[in-house]
Amino acid sequence: MKLARDTWLVYQRQLLLMARSPAWLAVGLLQPLCYLLLFAPLLTSALAASGAHSTADAYRIYVPGLLSALAVMGGLFTGFTLLGELHAGVIERSRVTPVSRVALLLGRALRETTALLVQSLLIAVLAIPFGLTVGLTDLLLAMALLALMALMASSVSYGLALLVPTDAALGPVVNTIAQPLALLSGTLLPIALAPAWLRTAASWNPCYWGVEGMRALFAGHLDAPEVWRGLLLTGLMTALAVAWAARLFARRIR
Amino acid sequence: MIVTKGLRKSFRPRRGAATVDAVRGIDLNVAEGEIYGLLGPNGAGKTTTLRMLATLLAPDGGEATVAGADLRAEPGEVRRRIGYVAQGGGTTDQATAREELVLQARMYGIRKAEALQRAEQGLAAFDLAEFGDRPCKTYSGGQRRRLDLALGVVHRPRVLFLDEPTVGLDPRSRAQVWSEVRRLREQGMTVLITTHYLDEADALCDRIGIVDHGGIVTEGTPEQLKQEISGDAVTIGLPGAEDTAHAERALAELPCVQRLEALPGQDGLRLHVDSAATAIPQLLRALAAAGLEPDHVQLQRPSLDDVFLALTGRPLVHA
Repeated sequence: MKLARDTWLVYQRQLLLMARSPAWLAVGLLQPLCYLLLFAPLLTSALAASGAHSTADAYRIYVPGLLSALAVMGGLFTGFTLLGELHAGVIERSRVTPVSRVALLLGRALRETTALLVQSLLIAVLAIPFGLTVGLTDLLLAMALLALMALMASSVSYGLALLVPTDAALGPVVNTIAQPLALLSGTLLPIALAPAWLRTAASWNPCYWGVEGMRALFAGHLDAPEVWRGLLLTGLMTALAVAWAARLFARRIR
Repeated sequence: MIVTKGLRKSFRPRRGAATVDAVRGIDLNVAEGEIYGLLGPNGAGKTTTLRMLATLLAPDGGEATVAGADLRAEPGEVRRRIGYVAQGGGTTDQATAREELVLQARMYGIRKAEALQRAEQGLAAFDLAEFGDRPCKTYSGGQRRRLDLALGVVHRPRVLFLDEPTVGLDPRSRAQVWSEVRRLREQGMTVLITTHYLDEADALCDRIGIVDHGGIVTEGTPEQLKQEISGDAVTIGLPGAEDTAHAERALAELPCVQRLEALPGQDGLRLHVDSAATAIPQLLRALAAAGLEPDHVQLQRPSLDDVFLALTGRPLVHA
């Protein structure tokens, strides 16, 4: 009860601050839009082998990967905002109050999740004129999966920011983690196209199952095993990531 | 209100490096409604002590009771009873003073309607009402500091910790912060401040603990500390080096003179006496008897700097 109240308190404040500097929305949209406009059209012929016969097919395969990458990458880089708050003393000011430590983390991670969901929805809508079709239930489930991925990545990022508390050091660490994570989950091209060893490696990637689930949903296969497997495994990984970061947060900040 | 016994903390600056004892056993006993100052140079362990008492750092050893709650056993209870203002504050640039006050109150579990009311009162009490709805980034140093103070007491704590409350402020804002702190004390709040400003410790604190190398060297009221070390200091200017040497012989034997030394860089003497009021007539008589006529005689009350120098062998400003 106290956790829910405190999380809501922190989340509200974070949303207010986000609404006050709306530049994040435009900046966050720019890169995925570039990929959507300048990269996705290449895929129609490239994905012909995996059954893409039109731009619409290519988008159905590419957009879920793009949204997953947005959630994971966006989430992983949010640690920098925490560093800013740590340096400004905002976190310390909260720490001397009896506010829940986990709420300080969750409220922030949920802010990031909300921001990424808004961006994802906008991109999905913008892809519709290019021929993307997706059912409402499928889209809602896909958003739930995205939310889990964003929450997982943000929690990991906050944990890293506590372990590596300078801008200069956090950048390389996040990049080192983010790149193999994105490539090995098939956000650009489906891992199904990969040689066997790469597929085996990918199955150990915590983001892989989420991306697979996203693709199944955008393809309209609501009952495919990838969907529940993706939701279940991503949910599990998210719980682990939140628990790890919350523990770090509580320990550094008794 | 604050009682500590042998409070200790050491750090390891880098992995594998030797530990540094930041605080080596601090004993404090601060009474209710008192302004107690920890005075010492940077790196003496003042801030570490404060951060331990504010539950931000876990002590390595020792005991402490803050506002009736045991620091190590019930840090949550301590948090509810104290306010803490860090040296750098902790406001968000994009938020307004009112929003910050409401959030702060709500983080202490205060309900929304009450939090709004407390924010209104805080803005009024700390002279912030005029710009309470402007973002914090537009505030001057003094306004920001007053907001920090308002945030520190929005939940009406019994004990307030202030870490270097006037660093970087202009003299007017400093005086204003001092009067706010005195006002809080009048309301019955106990205040523990750290400072490396002698005038601040002297003007604001009821009692001072002088901190050096992680321990309290001595404590007392500013007056006690100043009296303890030296009585008064008197300087006598003389017309030449020969007269100075002559005067030194004439005055050294007087019973009222504790110590005497030549003034650095000029002709004359600096004497430490029990009490200037009774010593000066004797000094003048002795000089006249020796046929000497001083250029000037000056009385100097000892400063806390003299206290620090006497206790540690180093002046505070260079320590």
